[in-house]
Amino acid sequence: MAMVERRPWLDALGHAVLLLGIAIVVFPVYVAFIASTHAPQDVMQAPMPLWPGDHLLESYRAALQGAGRTNSNASVTSMLGISLAMTLIITIGKISVSLLSAFAVVFFRFPLRQWCFWTIFITLMLPVEVRIGPTYQVVSDLGMVNSLGGLALPLIASATATFLFRQFFLTVPDELVEAARIDGAGPMRFFRDILLPLSGPNIAALFVIQFIYGWNQYLWPLIVATSENMYPIMVGLKQMIGSSEAPVDWNVIMATAMLAMLPPVLVVVLMQKWFVKGLVDSEK
Amino acid sequence: MEKRVWFRAGVLPWLLLAPQLAVVAVFFLWPAGQALIQSLQQQDAFGTTVSWVGLDNFVMLWNEPTYLESFRTTLVFSLLVTSLGLGLGLLLAFFADRVTRGITFYRTLLLLPYAVAPVLSGVLWAFMFSSSIGVVAWGLRHIGLEWNHLLNASHAMALVVMAAVWKQISYNFLFFVAGLQAIPASLLEAAAIDGASPWRRFRTIQFPLLSPTTFFLFVINMVYAFFDTFAVIDATTQGGPGKATSTLVYQVYFDGFRGMDFGSSAAQSVILMAMVMVLTVIQFRFIEKKVQY
Repeated sequence: MAMVERRPWLDALGHAVLLLGIAIVVFPVYVAFIASTHAPQDVMQAPMPLWPGDHLLESYRAALQGAGRTNSNASVTSMLGISLAMTLIITIGKISVSLLSAFAVVFFRFPLRQWCFWTIFITLMLPVEVRIGPTYQVVSDLGMVNSLGGLALPLIASATATFLFRQFFLTVPDELVEAARIDGAGPMRFFRDILLPLSGPNIAALFVIQFIYGWNQYLWPLIVATSENMYPIMVGLKQMIGSSEAPVDWNVIMATAMLAMLPPVLVVVLMQKWFVKGLVDSEK
Repeated sequence: MEKRVWFRAGVLPWLLLAPQLAVVAVFFLWPAGQALIQSLQQQDAFGTTVSWVGLDNFVMLWNEPTYLESFRTTLVFSLLVTSLGLGLGLLLAFFADRVTRGITFYRTLLLLPYAVAPVLSGVLWAFMFSSSIGVVAWGLRHIGLEWNHLLNASHAMALVVMAAVWKQISYNFLFFVAGLQAIPASLLEAAAIDGASPWRRFRTIQFPLLSPTTFFLFVINMVYAFFDTFAVIDATTQGGPGKATSTLVYQVYFDGFRGMDFGSSAAQSVILMAMVMVLTVIQFRFIEKKVQY
């Protein structure tokens, strides 16, 4: 557009609107960061300062050591560890099972093929939020309450990822399959040496999306993790705040919140290109 | 679309599908079936006897004012989240599509909320608006508004809506930007040469051509507000005050895991599943339509 018209006032308005939008978007995170740099009594006093204080190291040290006055003194380090383990199982699990199923439905002909595909499709319609009660009972019957398996396995099936890989596999030229067959390569060899390397960008894109999905889970772990040593960071943080009116050290809580949002924020910022691709592709 | 060249079948495709099908069967189909069965049963308080009660659980829900109320709450909440979220996303995308300088900077920062967990979004907004220590609540008090989302139902609703919209801004923004960029530049240039103002071009060209994106985002945002906002609500108002912000998903959790009323909770799950299915079908109908463009 810049080529056919020049409207400096409209461009100025554009920058103003975008800057205002960014201010609104960043402000909550900024306030949390500022709160994590002050001493507890400074944050408790309304209005809290809006400029960084000198308590940064103390807050983060207290958060990581489980010190500080909060409603739970479980170690934040261990919660971050649980979150990471759960997230990696979910992410790698989702990508692997989806790659394999998409490979099966695209490159083979067998009875009930369509039926398998639709069965996987159904999972798209049943987000964990609408089936928490019965899913909890199944997990409890299997003795998986309060375990990593219980936290991660029910979230591993993925219609979205299966669809994405299926769409991509359909664009792989038939000649590649023919060439592989003429060379005497079996299906698994074809999968490993040709399909997997070609799927790199899609795997990267899904990794970003699923990492954020897994890391940010709340409702399911809230139900399945029944003891403090199995809390992922999101559940643990909520526990630290508690619901009582008892005073807590908000600087320590906000330091924990900053630590909790760091991994997904880093993944989004550093892998921005893949993130945008993953988001847009997986909804097609 | 189908492939013309296949590998010989046999047992291999089944082995490949086994992990995913196993997870689907154990954690999706079985629980969904259980929910259907339990929604037709009634358990006594100790879980020792179970009896078939037909559609009683559904009838009871229908006659329960709090459940109907939470239907209404969910609808109000979802429409607010969707309309505000789409409005903001479109506004930001419109200008991001126009300006050339600094676009990477704007986009990177606007993507931030997507990475923040819903429960954290709730925690941050509740912290800013806390009536005792919140910095925004303090500011509001100075212009004469006593903010207290723990006592005032409209304040509570406003807070959960803000936290939920904030979380969804990145998503709406990205899809609107993609939609705007898909509109051929030549159309807009031709209109500009004919003297159409930016506002007129937006009204007569961009907005109508965006309608597939807008409709898609409308469905996605409704689904999000209906089913994905449990964490936001739990971290801000916990459904209160009273039941003012208790949406359907919050109600299922509350009845099932706090109230231990499994029959009613299962019936609510069945209703929710039916609703997701309807929304998913609408969404796919739309995608099929889009393919024909």
